[in-house]
Amino acid sequence: MTAIISISQLNKTYASGLVALQDVDLDIRRGEIFALLGPNGAGKTTLISVVCGISTPTSGRVTVDGHDILSDYRAARAKIGLVPQELYTDMFETPWATMNFSRGLFGLPPNPAHLEQVLRDLSLWGKRHDKIMTLSGGMKRRVLIAKALAHEPGVLFLDEPTAGVDVELRRDMWSLVRRLRDGGVTVILTTHYIAEAEEMADRIGVISKGKLILVEAKSVLMKKLGKKQLTLHLQEPLVEIPSGLSDWGLTLNNDGSDLEFTFDSSKEHTTIPVLLRRLGELGIAFKDLNTRQSSLEEIFVSLVTERR
Amino acid sequence: MNTATQTLKFNYHAILAIYKFEMARFKRTLWQSLVTPVITTSLYFVVFGAAIGSRMGEVDGIHYGSFIVPGLIMLSLFTESVSNASFGIHMPRFTGTIFEILSAPVSAFEIVLAYVGAAATKSILLGLIILATANLFVPIHIEHPFWMAGFLLLVAVTFSLFGFIVGVWAKGFEQLQFVPMLILTPLTFLGGVFYSIDMLPDGWRTFSLFNPIVYVISGFRWSFYGSADVGVGISLAATSVFFLLCLGLVWLIFRTGYRLKS
Ligand SMILES: Nc1ncnc2c1ncn2[C@@H]1O[C@H](COP(=O)(O)OP(=O)(O)OP(=O)(O)O)[C@@H](O)[C@H]1O
Ligand SMILES: [Mg+2]
Repeated sequence: MTAIISISQLNKTYASGLVALQDVDLDIRRGEIFALLGPNGAGKTTLISVVCGISTPTSGRVTVDGHDILSDYRAARAKIGLVPQELYTDMFETPWATMNFSRGLFGLPPNPAHLEQVLRDLSLWGKRHDKIMTLSGGMKRRVLIAKALAHEPGVLFLDEPTAGVDVELRRDMWSLVRRLRDGGVTVILTTHYIAEAEEMADRIGVISKGKLILVEAKSVLMKKLGKKQLTLHLQEPLVEIPSGLSDWGLTLNNDGSDLEFTFDSSKEHTTIPVLLRRLGELGIAFKDLNTRQSSLEEIFVSLVTERR
Repeated sequence: MNTATQTLKFNYHAILAIYKFEMARFKRTLWQSLVTPVITTSLYFVVFGAAIGSRMGEVDGIHYGSFIVPGLIMLSLFTESVSNASFGIHMPRFTGTIFEILSAPVSAFEIVLAYVGAAATKSILLGLIILATANLFVPIHIEHPFWMAGFLLLVAVTFSLFGFIVGVWAKGFEQLQFVPMLILTPLTFLGGVFYSIDMLPDGWRTFSLFNPIVYVISGFRWSFYGSADVGVGISLAATSVFFLLCLGLVWLIFRTGYRLKS
């Protein structure tokens, strides 16, 4: 697959001297949903701002569908729709007027039918003539999405699209993103909700302190780092792991009352019954047990904290 | 996906969009935008034209009430151009909506054309309304209508450019008020709206010649009555220099991204 956005050796240092991006190399594939994960201040918004022309890069090169964002900015920008993180809207305008404004700004003649479709998709049609300031926060965010889609972009940036959005609306947003992808739009989203990346993304990039530390297909990432954990809550706390269990790689937690076993769920199917039998033989009784799969969230936290 | 933008060379849709947006803002505040200056101007005529003017006699052979008309129009043109253009570009910076303009396929020239064009349109409209209002109070004669229109346009555009610069420079609404209040208004009042600088004592007269507003008002008044404080050529040159200066500053703003891009 060809790259629709190609970022190479991108650096951004703000006037304050703060290094927000460091040697970022990234190719976004045509038609994919790419999730950019990272803690607060990692540089996600900065990366988007540079690609979209809001911030100037300190060094490096970015192309959008083969067009350089600096020397060929018109062609590059015309392809991009951007939904910013903050709710920047013209409070006195109506959704309808502000969408027409956006479409014109991107150099296109009016197309009421398209705008109607977008507004209907976002359940905003009934509100199209209301002043934006009378809309709720979630509606304002959808107005921003509607604006970004007004010029039929091939690439859509969503900077934390579901921040402050309720569960139902989040589901709607996800299905909208999928529909866009099915229509051939490349979507790049940033999020703090790992569940969102897990649910939506084809590929995931993790950024921390201005450095892109990992880019991987979600399925590979989950498999590679996806571990399962069994916790046994013991009846009697143990002082140390009995020698009969020493080759299991167990850990004692919670003052010896929890026994934890971490294993690779994709390979070891029969280990748990064996372990439980072994415990029975050694006379170690437990009150309760639970297993869980490490989520992307933990993978992410471990990745980011490793770097700190 | 669109293909129309692939060959985009000049984004007139964008210019139109910004222009219309600005004019819509104007319409929303039509009452304040038009009625306030009309009332203010009428008051000037009542006070200066009728009450004081009747005792003033003539300036340069022109009835005092008529004499102050070009200056009053200029006074409104300055303040309206500056405040409209500065507010127009400052507002999106303040609310954050400027992100969209910066991320759109528009050139600096197109952005300036749209904002300055809209601000200039408004102030010219206003200037004409004041002219019409003045016509109700005093006899007005325009000796060089083309020069008059030319000055009106040049001044409106120049001060709108100046306002654009102020709007980009200002860090808040206080600073936005600061330039018109503390710089423009005094220079205008001292620039010969209500008097000919010939009426000033010698020292002050020379001092006035350093005030650029004097040239602008003088040129505009010449287009009405054919008489002026300074030659019309000098007026035109001075106004043009100010115009080019503003143009250069705007160019620099976009070159460096000053206070627009981080
Ligand atoms: N205009 C600016 N001037 C100076 N520093 C900035 C500017 N914008 C962002 N920064 C700094 O750059 C770093 C990266 O910020 P950025 O907004 O890109 O982070 P982020 O990953 O989007 O964070 P969040 O998840 O909180 O949105 C931060 O340290 C931030 O303080
Ligand atoms: Mg951010």
